[in-house]
Amino acid sequence: MSDEPILKVSNVESYYGPIMAIRGVSLALPRGKIVTVLGANGAGKTTILKTISGVLDPAKGSVELEGNQIQRMDADKIVRLGLSHVPEGREVFPFLSVRENLQMGAYLRTDKDGVAQDIERVFGYFPRLKERIDQPAGSLSGGEQQMLAISRALMNRPKVLLLDEPSLGLSPLLVKEIFAIIRRVNAEQGVSILLVEQNAKMALETADYGYVLEVGRVVMDDTCEKLLGSKDIQEFYLGASDHGARGERRWKKKKTWR
Amino acid sequence: MLDFIQQFVSGTALGCVYGLIALGFVLIYKATEVVNFAQGELMMVGGFFVFTFIGLLGLNYWIGFALAVLGMAAFGMVTERLIIRPILGYPQFSIVMATIGLGYFLRSLAGMIWGTDDLKIDTPFSDGVLKIGDLVLAHDKLSVIVATLILCVVLYFFFLKTRMGTAMRATSENMLAAYYMGIPVKTVVSLIWAISAAVACCAGVLLAPITFIHSNVGLALGLKAFPAAVLGGFGSIPGALVGGVIIGVLETMAGFYLAQGWKDVVPYLVLLAVLLLKPAGLFGLQLRKKV
Repeated sequence: MSDEPILKVSNVESYYGPIMAIRGVSLALPRGKIVTVLGANGAGKTTILKTISGVLDPAKGSVELEGNQIQRMDADKIVRLGLSHVPEGREVFPFLSVRENLQMGAYLRTDKDGVAQDIERVFGYFPRLKERIDQPAGSLSGGEQQMLAISRALMNRPKVLLLDEPSLGLSPLLVKEIFAIIRRVNAEQGVSILLVEQNAKMALETADYGYVLEVGRVVMDDTCEKLLGSKDIQEFYLGASDHGARGERRWKKKKTWR
Repeated sequence: MLDFIQQFVSGTALGCVYGLIALGFVLIYKATEVVNFAQGELMMVGGFFVFTFIGLLGLNYWIGFALAVLGMAAFGMVTERLIIRPILGYPQFSIVMATIGLGYFLRSLAGMIWGTDDLKIDTPFSDGVLKIGDLVLAHDKLSVIVATLILCVVLYFFFLKTRMGTAMRATSENMLAAYYMGIPVKTVVSLIWAISAAVACCAGVLLAPITFIHSNVGLALGLKAFPAAVLGGFGSIPGALVGGVIIGVLETMAGFYLAQGWKDVVPYLVLLAVLLLKPAGLFGLQLRKKV
């Protein structure tokens, strides 16, 4: 049973109005692992996360969380099943205090003591938030808002965490800090994490397994070690240029999957 | 001086009614970005509800009041479910038209059911006066002010201290994020309509001994409550109440001290002045999203 992936997406197709944003994507998130989805702007990474968390309904295909079919389920029911989504661009509640933001993350929980303990626990990950506990979230810096968004999602004690571009707009140092904490959360709490990232290097170093998405399709998937070693990934996502023995370069390199 | 205090009190009472209607505008606007132009009509229907319970069925005032408020809360939820939810996501314009249409519909419907005469109910506040020296204050006006204050305290605690109240603020700040938190957004929006309609109903019941109940009362007051909401900074709950009181007091003062005709002009002059100097309104909040 534990070999079964905790989250399984099969042949999902989603539309924004008439535009097909993802065209039959399948992926699996094994229990307790970090899986990353890489891709350029508009590849459909965010759409996949939105489809999983129930904000967007897929036209076809299925999403399974621990064996339960959750496609077309209301977002709040999916959260109740133990799936939290950290949306792209933080999306904190700007006029609510840090504490209230965290309480909203635990909206579905009724155990007050447990919630209070968990607030302390996320402050253990992000001590900076503790200093700001009664400030409105809108007055926090971008990095602190990202910390708050992650903490808020953790307040639900999720089994699966969807992370959408946690590095967006942050300084390289802060990105390192945030990714270290993502690894800690994964290791200490056994939360399975689906990570969408543009910062391919950071994502591949953090995750166990990776999918590469282009124009709504999965074009490549492998363990992160192999992906890091792959010529295509190095060239197109990590920005390494090819200085071969001959010291020359074709005028335009083709990706192997095209 | 006595005149001034007397006018001030009746202006404040009128302003409280504007404020309560404006509060309904603001609650719904904050949560769903819909401006409900039928807010005055909700107040009017609330007045007829209370007339039905007290005037026709002969119930005790307080029981009739409570039933009318509960009835209007249910009415607000049904309105949201049947009229607003199906067209959410369409252009603002169509939603605004739908609420204006709803207003017309409710006015005509109330006329058909309850007739177009001025109706009256007996309330504990109808006749009494409070005398402090030479100052004479009517109970009906004082009751509006006191009830508004109580309602404000109750709403304040509800929104700031309860889980559902915080969830409502969260939903109105960022609906998408509220979905991500597992907040049942549809239920929250329904409840906000219920609260708005219930608050409007309170305004209607409190106003009943002062202006009588008739089907056009909502139109006139709704049109005054809208500038009250704008004055306070559309989207601010205390702003709506303060804006309402300012408009009410100015209107009454202008009616008393200035020549005829100024009564209806002065509140709008002040509104224009405030908007020129402080476009966000008196209590407008602006906080930019960080990227």
